[in-house]
Amino acid sequence: MMNSWQLWRSVLVKDLRIAARRRSDALNPLLFLLMVVTLFPLGIGPGPDILARIAPGIIWVAALLATLLGLDRLFKDDYNDGSLEQLCLLPQPLAFTLTAKVAAHWLLSGLPLVILSPVLALLLNLPLDAWWALALTLLLGTPALSALGAIGAALTLQLQRGGSLVSLILLPLFIPLLIFATSAVENAGMGLAVQGQLAILAAISVLTVTLAPLAMAAAVRMSMN
Amino acid sequence: MTQSTNTAMPLLHADRVSSIRSGRVLFSQLQLAVQAGEIWQISGANGAGKSTLLRMLAGLLVPNEGEVRFNGQPLHRVRDDYHQQLLYIGHKAAVKPELSALENVFWQRRLGGDTTATAEQAQDWDVLEQLGLLGLEEEMTGRLSAGQQRRVALTRLWCSTASLWILDEPFTSLDVDGIALLQQRFLQHLSRGGSIVMTSHQPLTDTQLPLQQLTLNSARAEVLL
Repeated sequence: MMNSWQLWRSVLVKDLRIAARRRSDALNPLLFLLMVVTLFPLGIGPGPDILARIAPGIIWVAALLATLLGLDRLFKDDYNDGSLEQLCLLPQPLAFTLTAKVAAHWLLSGLPLVILSPVLALLLNLPLDAWWALALTLLLGTPALSALGAIGAALTLQLQRGGSLVSLILLPLFIPLLIFATSAVENAGMGLAVQGQLAILAAISVLTVTLAPLAMAAAVRMSMN
Repeated sequence: MTQSTNTAMPLLHADRVSSIRSGRVLFSQLQLAVQAGEIWQISGANGAGKSTLLRMLAGLLVPNEGEVRFNGQPLHRVRDDYHQQLLYIGHKAAVKPELSALENVFWQRRLGGDTTATAEQAQDWDVLEQLGLLGLEEEMTGRLSAGQQRRVALTRLWCSTASLWILDEPFTSLDVDGIALLQQRFLQHLSRGGSIVMTSHQPLTDTQLPLQQLTLNSARAEVLL
């Protein structure tokens, strides 16, 4: 019998391969984020001070909204074509298997954000001292976005158009991340300590990544009715 | 309803199960005992609850009343063992349109628990050849015809080692040759001591199949107030 890790790896590889075949779907949230970040300076005016002041907020809000954009599809395709019920029928624990799908989502939506963060910082004139803090907050915070988002996606599987409901469920849960992440980047820009905020972000991520799979699995099993 | 006359402990036993969907009783106090080596055809009008019964037997749905037992044990207690022995193909075929036929077969074999599967293997080609899919193996499954997609889904019957097959409308969109091929495979499976529970609207033409019938009578459906 295949052990849970082998299954985990095959689910991850399969999801990444499917995403590679549907590149436009995978790139859409990232393009959205880039557009938001490039449009802000045009709308607000090119004053470097104002931009640097609001940059952390803009980047993080855009990241939250970009995450919501891609979430609808996270389990939906598998639900519609029956792959999800096959995962429910495996001897391996469903909660663990689903984390592979969340990991694939993070690799496609969270990790590119971290990699893009220097470019985003440059576009918004974020001081050099602050961009590494931005990259760190994204690295520590985006796993929580994917994990929380997956709960929302799993809860709304049976709805035909669950998009707006997912946003309503998730945005309040995203707010602590937003607050701590932006405050970390601001502090870094002023040369203050950021360890506290980063530790809280890391704690939120660890908590959500470990506990969210249980909620996802319960929601997915319920949707089989 | 049909009562098995065989006194040996059934492989799969639905003991007085009832289903209530949207305030309607689909079936109540239903008895079904499947022995090793038996093939059961569940028939009934559209909406009579055939798929619901199959999902219940597979363990995807919990009966409103009664329980399903595997080797005399309630499903929830032997879930892992049961799911190792079970192959369920629902009317959603779990075929990924973005993957090629060969990739789908490979993926299904991994799900079936074949850990030696590292890449496409010779046996996958054999299965594809038997099902008349040779020459289409590199084609994205989404571009194949409905019948060909069904054949890709049914390759699982050739790869799996499961002893109990639960098949929801396996003949859908298959041509005459495909149906004959599938019944040949059923015979092989039964001769090895496997069991099959399936739904189908068309009568099985192969007279060698030791077919047992259960008809869900929707006239019995009562409206709950």
